[in-house]
Amino acid sequence: MRSILYRHAIREALDEELARDDNVVILGEEVAQYNGAYKVTEGLWKKWGDKRVVDTPISEAGFIGMGVGASMLGVRPVMELMFWSFHSVAFDQLVNNAAFVRYMSGGLIHCPIVVRGPANGGTNVGATHSHTPEGLFASFPGLKVCSPATPADVKGLMKTAIRDNDPVYVMENTLLYGTEGPVPDPEDGDHLVPLGVADVKREGDDITLIAHGRSVLHALKAAEILDHDHDIDAEVIDLRSIRPLDEDAILDSVAHTNRAVVIDESKPFCGVSAMICTLLQEKAFDDLDAPILRVNSLDAPSIYSPGVENDQLPNPQRIVDKVLSIA
Amino acid sequence: MPAKKKSAAKKKQKSSPAKSRNEADKTSHPGGPHAEAEINRSFSDEQKVETFRTMARIRRFEQISLKHYNAGKMGGFLHLYIGQESVAVGTISLCGDHDHIITAYRDHGHALAVGMGMNECMAELFGKSTGCSKGKGGSMHYFAPDKNFWGGHGIVGGQTPLGLGLAYGLKYKDLKGCSLTFLGDGAINQGAFHESLNLAGLFDLPAIFIIENNGYSMGTSQKRSSVYPPGGLAQRAEAYGIDWASCMGENVYEVRAVTWEAMRRAHEESRPTVLEINTYRYYGHSVADANAKKYRSKEEVEKYQREHDPVQIWREILIAEGVLSEEKANKIDQEAKDEANAAAKFAEESPYPTVDDIMTDVYEEVDSGSEAGRTGTHFFNT
Repeated sequence: MRSILYRHAIREALDEELARDDNVVILGEEVAQYNGAYKVTEGLWKKWGDKRVVDTPISEAGFIGMGVGASMLGVRPVMELMFWSFHSVAFDQLVNNAAFVRYMSGGLIHCPIVVRGPANGGTNVGATHSHTPEGLFASFPGLKVCSPATPADVKGLMKTAIRDNDPVYVMENTLLYGTEGPVPDPEDGDHLVPLGVADVKREGDDITLIAHGRSVLHALKAAEILDHDHDIDAEVIDLRSIRPLDEDAILDSVAHTNRAVVIDESKPFCGVSAMICTLLQEKAFDDLDAPILRVNSLDAPSIYSPGVENDQLPNPQRIVDKVLSIA
Repeated sequence: MPAKKKSAAKKKQKSSPAKSRNEADKTSHPGGPHAEAEINRSFSDEQKVETFRTMARIRRFEQISLKHYNAGKMGGFLHLYIGQESVAVGTISLCGDHDHIITAYRDHGHALAVGMGMNECMAELFGKSTGCSKGKGGSMHYFAPDKNFWGGHGIVGGQTPLGLGLAYGLKYKDLKGCSLTFLGDGAINQGAFHESLNLAGLFDLPAIFIIENNGYSMGTSQKRSSVYPPGGLAQRAEAYGIDWASCMGENVYEVRAVTWEAMRRAHEESRPTVLEINTYRYYGHSVADANAKKYRSKEEVEKYQREHDPVQIWREILIAEGVLSEEKANKIDQEAKDEANAAAKFAEESPYPTVDDIMTDVYEEVDSGSEAGRTGTHFFNT
């Protein structure tokens, strides 16, 4: 299978969906003429023109809300947040309008929008630009959230998100844009990854590592170390989709390994990892031979300092240490 | 859509200043000078009477809803539109197949003006499953997409980008229409509104923002909450290169004449407009803060009711034109009252949603039973 970059996998997904459906329109800051802050949309404006790929002002509440309104009339906007960290200035539109308009209208309206962009720390940009809000948005019924770790998954999930009739928030990662991985060739058919289906990225018997986004890569690296240095065979579950969530994949794995560590770049309080722990406590209590532990970012605003930021984030060594404490 | 820049130098447009009924009476037409506007010359007698009927229905609907609110039949808020009826009815009377409407939480008037039924609207207030939103939205969240009505939105100014998006959608689909986005004078200081204006001007969108200036941003008068340009609130549009106009809202003819100019600009030139329509609400911001006397005098309210009441003014104009008789007007009003009372009975007798109903209408894919809706866990009830 050919190997392509994560950013190119997203671009390919957008390009294919622009071709498939005339109602798909790409909107965001510098997505068109500048080719995207992270070059995700590179070449799309040149190919598709002003109508389909649209530069917006730095005006997140305005253009996100505009996309929500347009989606009510059947347009399918795919809107880039240059950083998901900027969600806070568009929060009313992202939650009250996009998530709730269907419910408040008694099901008369739906909002087929996609909001996508990077949501991660690790690039020394400080607390305002390092938010990981996947748990926050997954807490609002009406929204769907996914956080793909690999080029193949981000392509397949992006295409699915664009075709979904509900609002889907795709959380990417600036540190993954330059990573490479196998992605099926478009000539072999549409590559779609459903929302709500996790992926076993590594099979194992001794402990389950549950992660999403870039933390999956850390978990895979930790699994290698555990195997090589400690003779521990870890299974790695990549959630891919946060809401809807593949509960069965998590429960099946833990029923097999009887131990779990959850890795989540979000802060520990009320994040995705906390939700997974609750799920396991409620539905896998009898399968567990040890407490469920977590590896999160250290519980402070994201630090700038290039000398220590990586120590605030989950990393393979922190995962290994946590596993060894219960294995 | 190209993000091309337009010249910010826009001609400002201001309709004739405030006219009291007495001034209007001095003109040759009993409806005042705006009655002679082209759009009003093509306003049929039948349409005029229907406009009166809609205004009467809004007033009676709200009076009856207040009675039942005070009797404890409803929860939450009740933001009454009484006093402002001519604004929704006059503007919406101009709408064609591709013109879309969105407003804030004071939405009963717009809902009835677009043709929603009293039963579904009243039942929504009562929180019943027969309500327009099945009891899930309440007073502030009426919707009727089949009538181009997109809410009913609870957060001040939060609907303005959505109205912008409706205009964007129309232009994207190459449809000749516009969006009428209603907002109160209290919403004009919200950031989302200003972002919407910039985008509307920048993208040449057929979006009309109608500031219904009732003088009070909740309990704080406009004078105490906003910086006023000399031409009024709508003049702020100049900063965004957008045409604007300001008018009085008590006369349906004036509302229609001024709004039609904006709609024509939207339809023919795909350009936005900001309108300020001056009006007045007789009740509090909401029933919850009904003691509006704290920030305005009883005399002020009574003077407006006596001299500027839009339902009475329209009735008198139509009678003077010979389009309506006292007898017919009374009959229409009585029918409106009866209809509102019947709607309250309907609402009262309707069932509440069930507990199971709480969990529907969250995700389209789940409700439709699609494969996407059946994949993974969507709900996490404990």
